[in-house]
Amino acid sequence: MSKTLFDKVWDKHVVRKIEGGPDVLFIDRHLIHEVTSPVAFLGLKTRGIKVLYPERTFATADHNTPTINQHLPVADPLSANQLKALEANSKEYGISHWGLGHQKNGIVHVVGPEYGITQPGATIVCGDSHTSTHGAFGAIAFGIGTSEVEMVLSTQCIMQPKPKKMRITINGTLSKGVTPKDVALFIISKLTTSGATGYFVEYAGEVFEKMSMEGRMTVCNLSIEMGARGGMIAPDETTFNYIQGREFTPKGAAWDKAMEYWKTLKTDADAVFDKELAYNASEIEPMITYGTNPGMGIGISNQIPDAEQVEGGVETYEKSLNYMGFNEGDSMIGKPVDYVFVGSCTNGRIEDFRAFASVVKGRKKAENVTVWLVPGSHIVESQIKEEGILDILTEAGFTLRQPGCSACLAMNDDKIPAGKYAVSTSNRNFEGRQGPGSRTMLASPLVAAAAAVTGKVTDPRELIEELVG
Amino acid sequence: MAYDKFNILKSSAVPLSIENVDTDQIIPARFLKATERVGFGDNLFRDWRYNPDNTPKPDFVLNNPTYSGKILVGGKNFGSGSSREHAAWAVYDYGFRAVVSSFFADIFKNNCLNIGVLPVQVSPEFLDKIFKAIAANPKTELEINLPAQTITLTTTGEQESFDISSYKKENMMNGFDDIDYLQNIKSEIQEFATQLPL
Repeated sequence: MSKTLFDKVWDKHVVRKIEGGPDVLFIDRHLIHEVTSPVAFLGLKTRGIKVLYPERTFATADHNTPTINQHLPVADPLSANQLKALEANSKEYGISHWGLGHQKNGIVHVVGPEYGITQPGATIVCGDSHTSTHGAFGAIAFGIGTSEVEMVLSTQCIMQPKPKKMRITINGTLSKGVTPKDVALFIISKLTTSGATGYFVEYAGEVFEKMSMEGRMTVCNLSIEMGARGGMIAPDETTFNYIQGREFTPKGAAWDKAMEYWKTLKTDADAVFDKELAYNASEIEPMITYGTNPGMGIGISNQIPDAEQVEGGVETYEKSLNYMGFNEGDSMIGKPVDYVFVGSCTNGRIEDFRAFASVVKGRKKAENVTVWLVPGSHIVESQIKEEGILDILTEAGFTLRQPGCSACLAMNDDKIPAGKYAVSTSNRNFEGRQGPGSRTMLASPLVAAAAAVTGKVTDPRELIEELVG
Repeated sequence: MAYDKFNILKSSAVPLSIENVDTDQIIPARFLKATERVGFGDNLFRDWRYNPDNTPKPDFVLNNPTYSGKILVGGKNFGSGSSREHAAWAVYDYGFRAVVSSFFADIFKNNCLNIGVLPVQVSPEFLDKIFKAIAANPKTELEINLPAQTITLTTTGEQESFDISSYKKENMMNGFDDIDYLQNIKSEIQEFATQLPL
């Protein structure tokens, strides 16, 4: 029978099917961090059980780590306590631990792929919804709750009903200034934040085929923001070139054997999806959000829609615009910006800093904005330095912080103050997400760069044209 | 973790008609720093419930003594966003045993089922009736019958049935959890693992 890519990977990992219930799904790789794992370890201790396969779990600290002065003790006692717990639990159960200060430390969804933990055809979970990122490699990857973290630690399995399947196809060529982030925000604006709930998405078509691994990770990362458990892209030469030679990828004969299998990981021509959607790349322009969920996005040159034009209740819509201090019909261009954040598991990779630098090169940081540039890992940090990007940033008046989740969820000190506006390359614009009372506009690194040098919401295509001209 | 068994729950309900209530609202990230599962109920809907100076916001429903009960009724797409199980813990620890909505986000729903909060998905029309009934009389009781998989508006007798897998239903009715199940098939899992490369 014809199968989708998702079917092939899922079915291979089903230990048993429960009548009238979920599948018992075997998990190849498990990533943990300091925030959603301590209670799971506590559960193991209470039950008196061990970690079944410690070599399949990898720990990194990222959510509440500081992004300056990482050589100093963590000042916040609660954060310090969680970091210590992660270290102690990892040690007790024999799990690799990449804590603060470790060369491999960084955002879990950035370092996983960098070290080759993420591989095609694998099942990967983490107590973090943006685990969907790893689907970029043709893996089934999704976020789980802490009870499930305990399940994976103790039995390397979780119990999940098999989701429905959706394919989103985008053909054509992206216009200048349109990045993978814009593609994702465009799709979410069409589907809303619940449009893909209950589905696992496969992205297909020329746009994704031509996309770099970094770009694919950005798109898959945001799958959860349309409600999908995850998203995936069939592995191809781009994928294989990215992973070959990384620390945890197979070597020699094992590599050849793996490649043989990985090349079969694509949707069969006549496989059937529960839902199919298609768009053309020419429909997409640089995007920005104006509301308090990632589905509330528009092309940057457009006006904020009227309540009647959007799906959902008027009461909810008005609450959202009130929170943002915006009105129906407002143009987004020219909106004030106080903070710019570039980073997170969505846009904290080298390509994102290259994009940011391409716009700010030869320009100066606007005086009215505070800009936080946070690489996703030490590898990204090194690349920024080695490629001369740091020089461009420094020349333009920017500084680079140290790796971590940072202002994406503001668990550390990187909080946008109440009432202030941030253009952010992260993934969520929920009320208070970047700090109590913070107002977030999600956008690409190019839009973030345009805001950083002009001090307001600006169409980056104007600046790119200037540069080229 | 052990939780109270769920059978039939008859209670008044707390209405929150906003749509797309995300888990950052249910429990903001800065309250996720505990290493034990305690005290999350105090921070349920923290920023909707309290001003920055920690005084309660009188117009938020949890601060309105008119409304109470063990059932939370939410607008469409309840629990979207982050996978933090802390959101489900906060709902449970506050004292809710069931959440009713016309649509739930996937991970939140799953987390609820794993910790003993019953997510009850009803039609948009029935949800609207519930909101209207509570608005007319805040003491309106709902009866959620898990064995029969029904939810009833006791004032009018109007009823809808809801879906739950037979496996999860049995778990909820007995207070079982998935880890108990998985522990019992560990040898089968280990056998299965031998055919999968690391």
